[in-house]
Amino acid sequence: MNCRGVIRELSNFLDGDLDPDVRAELERHLEHCDDCRLVVDTTRKTVQLFCHSDPVALPEDVRDRLHKVLEQKMARK
Amino acid sequence: MTAVNREVLPSTVVKDDEPKLVAAAKAGDPAAFTELVQRYERKIYRLALNITQNREDAEDAMQDAFLKSYAHLGEFLGDSRFYTWLVRIAVNEALMKLRRRRPNLTSIDEPVQGEEEDFMPREIEDWGPSPEQKYAQTELAAILSSVIEKLEEEYRIVFVLRDIEELSTEETAQLLGLSIPAVKSRLLRARLKLREKLNRYFGGSVPN
Repeated sequence: MNCRGVIRELSNFLDGDLDPDVRAELERHLEHCDDCRLVVDTTRKTVQLFCHSDPVALPEDVRDRLHKVLEQKMARK
Repeated sequence: MTAVNREVLPSTVVKDDEPKLVAAAKAGDPAAFTELVQRYERKIYRLALNITQNREDAEDAMQDAFLKSYAHLGEFLGDSRFYTWLVRIAVNEALMKLRRRRPNLTSIDEPVQGEEEDFMPREIEDWGPSPEQKYAQTELAAILSSVIEKLEEEYRIVFVLRDIEELSTEETAQLLGLSIPAVKSRLLRARLKLREKLNRYFGGSVPN
């Protein structure tokens, strides 16, 4: 597998979604290609940073309005 | 020789006492439904904000999503998590708001030009063991929100659903009316584009 092949399979590799043979081939490439290894590691980190980020705070006024409309709706039912 | 990191991205979705609350809400207990809302309001607001990139639209989409989920609670069969069901409603509401505000926008389910072409990373730098330690938590949150805001819509929405909301490829494809290869291709492109944007913060050279 060459660098282009690694990039093509990068998402599947990170998601654990590769056939064992392709995965082994990709890992062999990473063992000797610093650039690809850095791209794989920093892309994994990118996903982790977003995935683990806390949801933004819900502004108090937005929250109050939400609960007000819900209370009205529930009272009507 | 550096060791290859074989870590597969884990799921952060946690199972909980949700079914009990949903059953109580379905039986007409308003406190149970309010508890579900309180549990997910921040996440649904973030989802709506990430899709619409507009505070007013995000608020409307969130309100409509909770109102609809309440009105249609009887149709929730419990074959998926309540949160996944809620996310589907919220995504549809947010997409409607987005399309209403920008009617001339290319449809999200249309092929993207150059989608099939290879996308090779240009900026390759080591981020060190823990790039998030370079920035305070609020600064990091601001960086993440500014880079995702600049990502083109067709990539942003797929990334939000797959990597932030952790929906499956199949669920994402179904919600957006895309094929599975199109979802995979856009997710790869989104991840690489975000990586490149973050590289400017976490790589050797810090932007002004």
